[in-house]
Amino acid sequence: MKRAYRQFTERFIEGLLALSGTVTSLTVLLIVVFLFNEGLSLFGTSPLENKTALVVNESNPVQKLSAVSIKDIFDQKITNWKEVGGKDEDILIITVNDIGNYYSEEQIGAEFEHLPDCFSRLVDSLPNALAVINESYRTSYFKGHTIDVNKNNLPDFLSGKEWFPTAEPAVQLGVLPLILGTLMVSLLAILLALPIGLATAIYMAEIADERIRKVLKPVIELLAGIPSVVYGFFGLITIVPFIHDVFDLPVGETALAGSLVLAIMALPTIITVSEDAIRNTPRSMREASLALGANKWQTIQKVVLPYSMSGISAAAILGIGRAIGETMAVLMVTGNAAVMPKSILQPVRTIPATIAAELGEAPNGGVHYKALFALGCILFIITLIINIWVERISAKRKFKK
Amino acid sequence: MEKQTKQQIAFWIFRIFAWCVVALLLGILYFIFSRGWRTISWEFLTSIPEDGMTKGGIYPAIIGTLCLVGGSMIFAFPIGLLAGIYINEYAKDNWFKRFIKLMTNNLAGIPSIVFGLFGMALFVKKLNFGDSILAGSLTLGLLALPVVIRVTEEALLAVENSFRQGSLALGATKLQTIRKVVLPIATPNIITGLILAIGRVSGETAPILFTVAAYFLPQLPTSVFDQVMALPYHLYVISTSGTNITASRDMAYGTALVLVMIVLLLNLLANALRRYFSNRVKMN
Repeated sequence: MKRAYRQFTERFIEGLLALSGTVTSLTVLLIVVFLFNEGLSLFGTSPLENKTALVVNESNPVQKLSAVSIKDIFDQKITNWKEVGGKDEDILIITVNDIGNYYSEEQIGAEFEHLPDCFSRLVDSLPNALAVINESYRTSYFKGHTIDVNKNNLPDFLSGKEWFPTAEPAVQLGVLPLILGTLMVSLLAILLALPIGLATAIYMAEIADERIRKVLKPVIELLAGIPSVVYGFFGLITIVPFIHDVFDLPVGETALAGSLVLAIMALPTIITVSEDAIRNTPRSMREASLALGANKWQTIQKVVLPYSMSGISAAAILGIGRAIGETMAVLMVTGNAAVMPKSILQPVRTIPATIAAELGEAPNGGVHYKALFALGCILFIITLIINIWVERISAKRKFKK
Repeated sequence: MEKQTKQQIAFWIFRIFAWCVVALLLGILYFIFSRGWRTISWEFLTSIPEDGMTKGGIYPAIIGTLCLVGGSMIFAFPIGLLAGIYINEYAKDNWFKRFIKLMTNNLAGIPSIVFGLFGMALFVKKLNFGDSILAGSLTLGLLALPVVIRVTEEALLAVENSFRQGSLALGATKLQTIRKVVLPIATPNIITGLILAIGRVSGETAPILFTVAAYFLPQLPTSVFDQVMALPYHLYVISTSGTNITASRDMAYGTALVLVMIVLLLNLLANALRRYFSNRVKMN
């Protein structure tokens, strides 16, 4: 009886343990499902929000407009129908605010009850009009037609150069500036941190005596543990004004400031991972080199570094991955201007910073909200690729051993 | 002799780089300490923010962070510990183990802001917890889960197989072996790892932005469905978007110092425990 009970307990606990292991895997799947469910639902929605419609006169040959050209029209960068495939006529924009210029208050009605009639008559009489109306304003006798607006789609999302998720009447969802901003800030950070981190790792693994190493190691561990918001705060108070003064810029919040902060934050990761890699070089290989008459530096240069190169590259890639996903520090020091990055001395905006800054204001379930989840998907895919890459490098190393 | 000169030059370059890194890191710590020190007082730690967060203290934020750390650990400790034991002690080397390990590694690599998005979509919206301690703790717990698993796994891996074999040879079952032999040996490493995991969770900002953190809430939470202020978010708010950024600078230095102190103390505690336990093992 007791034995049966014990066996049952053993089985039960084993099941419980297996279940706990499964929970982790399920979490990743859940994250994928929720992220992509919200993110992918962006595609196929219209960039026009709140049931807005664009209508034109029946004689107007233009049937379709892209979100970008709508924005250009409203920004008055495009002023002639010819530029969007129509006749050679100036574009006349009519919104609810303009309707008072054409009709008296009586005609519109005290409660705006005649607004649909006013719009219908006005657009029917003006061949060059482009009216922004509510879908419900379309009357039965209106002769003109509604402009077809390209739905949000993946190619435009990835290649669009404008990020204006709250633009009226059509939102602009181009993530190219955000992707480039993220890559620029992260890659520059690693370029700065890698040589310094690697030198420190070599010093700790090969040159420093055990006592010095015992002091250095905890300091570096401590720095790995300091919250990113503290690094952001530090950068905001010291690095940002420094860049502002040195380069004589209007604002110090620039891509360079972000890269410097990220470089400091990446140092502990790079140092720890590459130090491990260097230490893992087999003793026999070092001894062989020393026995051939090479000195310590030659051994490091010709034997240790080539051997640990895969581990060092894993450190670099891991550092890039961390830098790409870093949110708070970057949000605080890069200035967050969603424009195509041209120089490192300009404000840029990264993907995580965009999500953090905008999700609070995006109406739940709206186009903007979905677009931010789509950004999350992009971030997830980038970091997944980096994880798998690092994993493959370390798998190869094990194999080599 | 030329190669010795080269070595000397190379080593000095490395030495200088390494000490520059240390100087930089110590400089950051000194910067935060020297400026935050003036602000920190018993009153700062135990009173609520006043005057648009330019005066007063950070008591609600401290309590909020404690709630979140506690809540996330209630969730992540047991599951992570059990999962770690499963992976290292029970799972056979088959596709299932590889799958779990792959997923754990991937989970560890997901950026914290993505956890924030997910927590908002699942806990806040789908399960309707609202912005609450519960939603924030679960989100942070998920983030800490891979850390706890890895810590447990490494601690168990460090236990020599001869201990397991000895116990099994004496007729103990697998479960008895794990409970009476493997876990007691691995406990010190697990505890130190968990302390460092707490440090990480207490400073995370991005996952709590949309799941729990309140901009300004001068009262303490009464249930797990309340919003709270949290230290890292508070620092972010008063240093970038507070009502009066320059006037709240001192508050920001103080908050940053408290965050650094938490990490520092947890690190010291972990190191002290590591040393204490390793001495005890030697004496036995």
